Amino acid sequence: MTATIDTTTSTSEIGKARLRKEDARLITGRTRWTDNITLPGMVHVAMLRSPFAHATITAIDTTEAKTRPGVITVLTGADLKDEQGSLPCAWAITPDMKAPAHPSIAVDTVHFSGEIVAIVVARSAAEATDALDGIEIDYDELPAVLDMEAALAEGADLVHPELGTNRNALWIFDSGEAGTGEPIQAALDAAEVTVTRRFRQQRLIPAFMEPRSVVCDPTGEQLTLWSATQVPHIVRTMLAMTLGMPEHKIRVIAPDVGGGFGGKLQFTPEELLSVVLAQRLGKPVKITESRSESLLAGHHGRDQIQDITITATRDGKLTGLKVELMADMGAYLGLVTPGVPVLGAFMFNAIYKIPAYHFACTNVFTTKTWTDAYRGAGRPEATFGIERIMDELAVELGMEPMELRKKNWITHEEFPFTTVAGLTYDSGNYEAATEKAMALFDYDGLRAEQARRRENGDVKQIGIGISTFTEMCGLAPSRVLGSLNYGAGGWEHAAIRMLPTGKVEVVTGVTPHGQGHETAFSQIVADKLGVAFEDVEVLHGDTQVSPKGLDTYGSRSLVVGGIAIVQAADKVIEKAKPIAAHLLECSVDDLEFTGGRFSVKGTDAGVAIGDISLAVFAAHNLPDGVEPSLDSQATFDPENFNYPHGTHLCAVEVDTETGFVEIINYTCVDDVGVVINPLIVEGQIHGGLAQGIAQALYEEGVYDESGTLLTGTLADYLVPSAVDLPHFNVDQTTTPATSNPLGVKGVGEAGCIASTPAVVNSVIDAVRQFGVVDVEMPCSPQRVWRAIQQGRGQLAAGGPAGQNTAEAGGGLGSTDSSGNVDQSTPAGGQA
Amino acid sequence: MTRVSMTVDGVSYTDEVEPRTLLVHHLRERLGKVGTVVGCDTSNCGACTIALDGQSVKSCSVLAVQADGSDITTVEGLARDGVLHPVQQAFHENHGLQCGFCTPGMIMAAIDLLGENPDPTESEVRHGLEGNLCRCTGYQNIVKSVQAAAKAMAPGAHASTPAPVAGE
Repeated sequence: MTATIDTTTSTSEIGKARLRKEDARLITGRTRWTDNITLPGMVHVAMLRSPFAHATITAIDTTEAKTRPGVITVLTGADLKDEQGSLPCAWAITPDMKAPAHPSIAVDTVHFSGEIVAIVVARSAAEATDALDGIEIDYDELPAVLDMEAALAEGADLVHPELGTNRNALWIFDSGEAGTGEPIQAALDAAEVTVTRRFRQQRLIPAFMEPRSVVCDPTGEQLTLWSATQVPHIVRTMLAMTLGMPEHKIRVIAPDVGGGFGGKLQFTPEELLSVVLAQRLGKPVKITESRSESLLAGHHGRDQIQDITITATRDGKLTGLKVELMADMGAYLGLVTPGVPVLGAFMFNAIYKIPAYHFACTNVFTTKTWTDAYRGAGRPEATFGIERIMDELAVELGMEPMELRKKNWITHEEFPFTTVAGLTYDSGNYEAATEKAMALFDYDGLRAEQARRRENGDVKQIGIGISTFTEMCGLAPSRVLGSLNYGAGGWEHAAIRMLPTGKVEVVTGVTPHGQGHETAFSQIVADKLGVAFEDVEVLHGDTQVSPKGLDTYGSRSLVVGGIAIVQAADKVIEKAKPIAAHLLECSVDDLEFTGGRFSVKGTDAGVAIGDISLAVFAAHNLPDGVEPSLDSQATFDPENFNYPHGTHLCAVEVDTETGFVEIINYTCVDDVGVVINPLIVEGQIHGGLAQGIAQALYEEGVYDESGTLLTGTLADYLVPSAVDLPHFNVDQTTTPATSNPLGVKGVGEAGCIASTPAVVNSVIDAVRQFGVVDVEMPCSPQRVWRAIQQGRGQLAAGGPAGQNTAEAGGGLGSTDSSGNVDQSTPAGGQA
Repeated sequence: MTRVSMTVDGVSYTDEVEPRTLLVHHLRERLGKVGTVVGCDTSNCGACTIALDGQSVKSCSVLAVQADGSDITTVEGLARDGVLHPVQQAFHENHGLQCGFCTPGMIMAAIDLLGENPDPTESEVRHGLEGNLCRCTGYQNIVKSVQAAAKAMAPGAHASTPAPVAGE
């Protein structure tokens, strides 16, 4: 598709900083969170969860719990064995992928700490929770499987013995074999310079603010499920497939949803159980998780070990990239668990021209909470890997890190550009974004200050970090997903209904959780149809109102869902045209449509689309054979992903005596193509930066050696507060996407993808002078301080600087040698 | 069960509650004041912040019986005569929210902060809101909202015309 930015109609609403329609209910507390729903006769469910990571259930006694006040029933996995089904994984990445059965309630064996082992249904949530104490369970503890490398070793304890291995799948891409580039071995053999590093992507927890909640009402003609989910359409289909229910008898509603970040892109045990229970009891059922349950048993993200080798010529031309990943699946496969590292495969080469590329990921089962999509899903991990090793290569070559990047990136003239991973980037201008960012950041000034402090031996040293990134977003062309064995397509649906009064209802299949769809989509429709912004109502998140859709994730809402809306609007205009010609008594060819009005070219005669809408409603005077309707629908399947990019620059001050890191300048220039609403775009970037910085400095899901999650509350899992984050300097360049008619690109994940390596690169830049070449994330004061001590020790001993990987923790990288959790609270951290 | 009386958003209520009932659960489940939400179980997130006799408190850290006889304002009681409170208005105008789940608590905490410090610096706002977590905004626009509200609420400020509450 060629970009056709229609400047004749995109004058008013596109690019306007409209205040959000959504805000009115959210700032006044008139929200529709799932947990706010109360229905007559509704009962409440509490979950008993396994305290062990791995154990055989030898006996469960629910007798006493059943006698507790208000208790309606107590059920175990054995009780529901035949009706609970198995939670599905939709992404069999290889034909021989190993997928264990995934029961909602464990039947004989528990495979992670937090797995549901029994449930209580009671009159109130408090009574249900109270009665959990009355359930007695005998467990025989089995060995926890926590370390991915150990899990792959010969004779390792198996998470699922029936699979015969802890390896879920091995997925390989090789540019030599794919014909997209040269063979890797030749590049490795011929390399003038080779740098190899191991990086860890720690386990993260999405930690959306609204805990997940689900209400199931079986009492109507249809079964209605309200869920705090990103994916109501997918949940409906999964319910039908898993329980064998007729899909048309299920209505799924995602009302206001309090954040997702991928963490609500799931078909959950709670959703499935609520349906099973509601049908059994014939009553509405509510399950609302506590925050601790959310952290323990909602899915986690990241958790990879990356072994990366990069090769280059002595003068800094990249010649090859080899990536070997191990990705922790946890104990089960969620909807897209195995595919998350596969998405990264296409992004490790990033914005660089690399002639030879090899990527292999080994997915590993462990006895931990399962992992799945988390903001960026695969792309933050890949961007981190390449941007970190580019810095290491720059040091090895003695080059300025930005110069190394410039020497290897795809230049503006070279677009469209097909990468070694086989993607075709449609547009980009890395030079423009970088130039703008460098100027805003005062790169030269900060380097000078850095040099001054180094010379003075100041306690507080400055580091500067770069991340020049791109991502693939707008999931996705269906045929590409098909070629990767994903179980669904990537199209999106929209419908437009012109009402008799000229108002417009827009139905979209994408399902927001804070992204401002109602506002941005109103702007698009107002612009296309020439109606007032206030006259557009956007409907979403209810499978009955919006019957088709694939929901919101992967920055697809605007770039796929928004384009479907554009196409539906075009159809409305086409439908209105013969009616306008009839009313104006002219030929269709004599009409032009601007500003919501059809007019006869060269005359004052015209009719507004709202008037046509009324004429259609009355249907008194329509041309022969014309359907009396101004409705339309469209399903859009993109031909390509789209590729936002940007340059992120971070300066930190590291206290070399305490290891405390403070960001003193964070500047980024993102190119997300044409902007519909700058206010929303800026907000999305801010939020993404916060999450990416949190990965760099604060957050980690930590297990102890028995497989117990030590970061099971918000007192332990450090979601940063306002004092932990800096002011961001955010700006933009605009290079329209050429692969869609609006020229738009995704924005939801950009900040999160780019910021983590920028921050970590800056931390290491600050302390590299002490012999530090890596600090594991999160770069807590303890880890940074230890890295400095270790580096200094090596330098003093005359050892080769750069050999310490500065892993503060031993073992799993999550606990230190004495077993203490490295969760040092940043100074000024949350109370 | 214990009898408690309180005024919430201008309405008097008297109820029998279990002594262990948290104020937030009493507000949500008994009084139907679901504008105040529960985000955690450790008092870290601040989503349930309300004003108790004029002081902002996390309503998950107060027992309903402790609130006996008190005057409570929740986010639902801020708009007067269909007009938004200046802090609500500022959050709207400065895009200080995305998913909006933290917003009721954030607004209530911000009102208390501005009561103590009517003209806070950026750093003072950040420290003042330290007990309220937001996962969407990165806080920058929240800080901006609070400072904009401070300006609007300053004595003699020529505030922009407050917006009516949608639907009223």
